[in-house]
Amino acid sequence: MRLPHRDGGAGGTAVTSVENGAALRESSCHPSNGNTVTVRPSRYETVRWLVQRQSGGSIGERDGCSETPGAVSKSRAQLHSPLLAGRTGGLFWAEVVASPGKSKEAEIKRINKELANIRSKFKGDKALDGYSKKKYVCKLLFIFLLGHDIDFGHMEAVNLLSSNRYTEKQIGYLFISVLVNSNSELIRLINNAIKNDLASRNPTFMGLALHCIANVGSREMAEAFAGEIPKILVAGDTMDSAKQSAALCLLRLYRTSPHLVPTGDWASRVVHLLNDQHLGVVTAATSLITTLAQKNPEEFKTSVSLAVSRLSRIVTSASTDLQDYTYYFVPAPWLSVKLLRLLQCYPPPEDPAVRGRLTECLETILNKAQEPPKSKKVQHSNAKNAVLFEAISLIIHHDSEPNLLVRACNQLGQFLQHRETNLRYLALESMCALASSEFSHEAVKTHIETVIAALKTERDVSVRQRAVDLLYAMCDRSNAQQIVAEMLSYLETADYSIREEIVLKVAILAEKYAVDYTWYVDTILNLIRIAGDYVSEEVWYRVIQIVINRDDVQGYAAKTVFESLQAPACHENLVKVGGYILGEFGNLIAGDPRSSPLVQFNLLHSKFHLCSVPTRALLLSTYIKFVNLFPEVKPTIQDVLRSDSQLRNADAELQQRAVEYLRLSTVASTDILATVLEEMPPFPERESSILAKLKKKKGPGTVMGLEEGKRERGPDINGGPEPAPASATSTPSPSADLLGLGAVPPAPAGPPPSSGGLLVDVFSDSPSAVAPLAPGSEDNFARFVCKNNGVLFENQLLQIGLKSEFRQNLGRMFIFYGNKTSTQFLNFTPTLICSDDLQANLSLQTKPVDPTVDGGAQVQQVVNIECVSDFTEAPVLNIQFRYGGTFQNVSVKLPITLNKFFQPTEMASQDFFQRWKQLSSPQQEVQNIFKAKHPMDTEITKAKIIGFGSALLEEVDPNPANFVGAGIIHTRTTQIGCLLRLEPNLQAQMYRLTLRTSKETVSQRLCALLSEQF
Amino acid sequence: MIKFFLMVNKQGQTRLSKYYEHVDINKRTILETEVIKSCLSRSSEQCSFVEYKDFKLIYRQYAALFIVVGVNDTENEMAIYEFIHNFVEVLDEYFSRVSELDVSFFNAVSQAFHSIWQNTG
Repeated sequence: MRLPHRDGGAGGTAVTSVENGAALRESSCHPSNGNTVTVRPSRYETVRWLVQRQSGGSIGERDGCSETPGAVSKSRAQLHSPLLAGRTGGLFWAEVVASPGKSKEAEIKRINKELANIRSKFKGDKALDGYSKKKYVCKLLFIFLLGHDIDFGHMEAVNLLSSNRYTEKQIGYLFISVLVNSNSELIRLINNAIKNDLASRNPTFMGLALHCIANVGSREMAEAFAGEIPKILVAGDTMDSAKQSAALCLLRLYRTSPHLVPTGDWASRVVHLLNDQHLGVVTAATSLITTLAQKNPEEFKTSVSLAVSRLSRIVTSASTDLQDYTYYFVPAPWLSVKLLRLLQCYPPPEDPAVRGRLTECLETILNKAQEPPKSKKVQHSNAKNAVLFEAISLIIHHDSEPNLLVRACNQLGQFLQHRETNLRYLALESMCALASSEFSHEAVKTHIETVIAALKTERDVSVRQRAVDLLYAMCDRSNAQQIVAEMLSYLETADYSIREEIVLKVAILAEKYAVDYTWYVDTILNLIRIAGDYVSEEVWYRVIQIVINRDDVQGYAAKTVFESLQAPACHENLVKVGGYILGEFGNLIAGDPRSSPLVQFNLLHSKFHLCSVPTRALLLSTYIKFVNLFPEVKPTIQDVLRSDSQLRNADAELQQRAVEYLRLSTVASTDILATVLEEMPPFPERESSILAKLKKKKGPGTVMGLEEGKRERGPDINGGPEPAPASATSTPSPSADLLGLGAVPPAPAGPPPSSGGLLVDVFSDSPSAVAPLAPGSEDNFARFVCKNNGVLFENQLLQIGLKSEFRQNLGRMFIFYGNKTSTQFLNFTPTLICSDDLQANLSLQTKPVDPTVDGGAQVQQVVNIECVSDFTEAPVLNIQFRYGGTFQNVSVKLPITLNKFFQPTEMASQDFFQRWKQLSSPQQEVQNIFKAKHPMDTEITKAKIIGFGSALLEEVDPNPANFVGAGIIHTRTTQIGCLLRLEPNLQAQMYRLTLRTSKETVSQRLCALLSEQF
Repeated sequence: MIKFFLMVNKQGQTRLSKYYEHVDINKRTILETEVIKSCLSRSSEQCSFVEYKDFKLIYRQYAALFIVVGVNDTENEMAIYEFIHNFVEVLDEYFSRVSELDVSFFNAVSQAFHSIWQNTG
């Protein structure tokens, strides 16, 4: 099937000799054999004439592509589009379809009459000749396509398959392609007929059979012929047209059921089709090989050199060499595109000769883009550019030739200002990929002004969208401020459909390239101001995380949100951010009388009634934080909390908060308030949730790939503040829960705990506890080193909480298993696994738990612990159960660590140094210098050292900034004295930790455990 | 890769459709309506490529008839864009001055169609 490319040089004369349309049909299915075809163009004319006569038009009216009025009636047949009647049954067709005036009833009546006629003909005694059979089968097909059911005639259609006349065979194949489903009896007959045709050596018949297989493409067909077709494909004596059809048929079968098409020894011979004389065969083979090579690149590796040489021959050929395959002076454009695509399945060729030849090809393609066009026709340049864009894709894919990459970039740069919108669109799109290559990143950056201009002037939203993508891709530290500013200003007028994405992108860029965090805060607040509705939760969570983790920006953030909140109308998201930040850091600006505590409170409260429930809940938490920060506004806030609109609010959450906060503010002493409402601890560093959201939004699209690409290239471009640890992908708490009280572990019930230490525990637990944890997460394990209670593990089904107590060398741990679903867990078996080493040093005793856990229920397991000798590993808790028929298996490390058996020892400075000197042998001391992972806050550090188990000794170290601790580790056999000293260096954000104990292994283990905490 | 091929007129009537991946019949109707709606709303100044769900639509308008090809994002837009034109030229040769009515001649068009487009997927 030769693609009838036109030779534009001959002034639009078709190369294929087309006189009346019939020849084209011939050439399109069997160029080598014209004898069997009996096409009757005159019939078409008859039908056409009939249609026009009926609808009042005349033949002469059909000028150009305009529609003939009335001819395209509302008739359903036209809707369904089929018009088979070209050859047979023209009158019937005209009667049924081309009479728009007739009612549906009349149509049905006419069709039923025809069906009865056909049925009687088929049943009649007289054997029908081939022509009549074809005629009636064709009518049936037509009736079916009109939307009526056909329940007979299948057999006659199958009979047609064995006819020796092309037209009869063709109608037979058409009928079964459309109408036959997997009716087993018929399928066998059909397959038989197809088999005969495939073996017939008549390329026309083979073509029909292959087309039928490809069009039906069912599993049954694939099973029957998947073995046969490759043979036809590689057989030496197969005609070109049959080869071509065979390749495409195989491709189709491979796509529908790949496992049925095993690659075999024919693979290597298929590759050699790339060398075929006939370009049609080459095109079909390239399609097939490209698809196969994506799955098994190894087997088709030899295609690379063949494809390169074929491509080289095409690009260097003169514009008329390829005759039929020259399209408006461009030699075989679609084949070139296909070959270039095939090469993208592979890395750059290793053989230097092949590689050199390919580079030459690509250079030639780039050169041609610069040459004056051989034709003014748009088809010429379109075809040329199609090849050019594919070549650029290949250059980007190889990403190895700096010279080519930069040339590609310059070429695209020219297109950025082309008058054709399509070219501008494609140039922006390709450039986006170029920006991620280190060789061309700088070259892409030079076009920044043009891209920004595109953002402002393009009339097409999809082009503007591409411009936004490109700006995002080309952004780095040097141009971040400019790009973010431009995107922000574009956001004010941006199309609604892409606003959310732009917001995410701005938020990511602002964070990634922020040198000055005040700029970051300004940017995000601007974002909320301009497009508040499109600012998703992730974005404002993130700004709060960053403000809390960076103390240098807190004061500025408080001041800025305070100022922004003064605008008469501000977005609810701004109220949320403002409420949160003022609740934490409002004290930093309270000195200024213009933002005194009362002013701050009144400002926030003026927005309160306009906000939704979650925001109000957040604001209530802010108020109670104010009670702690500013005792002078306590009465005002208590009045607000006490009012009926709070205490008796219809919303349970608001009511509960109001009641609890009011009570808390009345009963708790200042100290307790200060502890409960302490400033939020820093959030653990994790992957930006915004980035995750953008990736999710985009799916496996370009942006994601880009991001990945950039990351791999290391810190040069991605030198932002966040080389995100890939492991922790938690998202912040879904509710706007300031205190994180919702995440309190199941244990503490009863009166509010009075010891500050426990509260600190509960508190520091909150940001992480909600996070879904990877099984055996080290992170979570580390958090339990300095505390005994909290949530150890949580997923959609199960929550595991811990509560434990230790005295000397003994301990007891309560493990709570909570079923979060409404379905029972069956065969619930938690097991404690200790290695042999660990078993010798740590004795664990527990009783099995009830094997069924009801939906929503919690079961408890007690573990009795005895430390026999010092140990380093931790036991593993493995939980297995069945949930709704599926087997679940979860493993987590159980946080039983050596420091749990610490007894604090108070001692005076003199004693401390005396013992310190006694433990001076090199084995006894272990020192570690490390970078701070969390902000260096004195109070938190103190709490952690106490939580670790040692006594915190004040006024021992001559330098008050240092921390000193002492304690004794109790084991069954011995007691080990431990001294520790932690020296922070604020400037370098580093710590030095020194441990001295009487036993080397203990020193090492304690040092390792404690180093992870800061 | 090509996912589907549509010929739709300005009234939103589908003249020819071919899917290269299975799509339910009722979903096809919805898809075709949405596709033509998104193409009709565009002016000639806008580019011929539209992002639609997971696809990219490439379309050309010939008088009242739209030819829309849905591809995934590894496809070369310009090549498909020009191929549409090539296809129309073929039809034009065949029918000598092709019109929407001709496209209704299912038999003939489908023959040309399968022969030509099968190879571009």
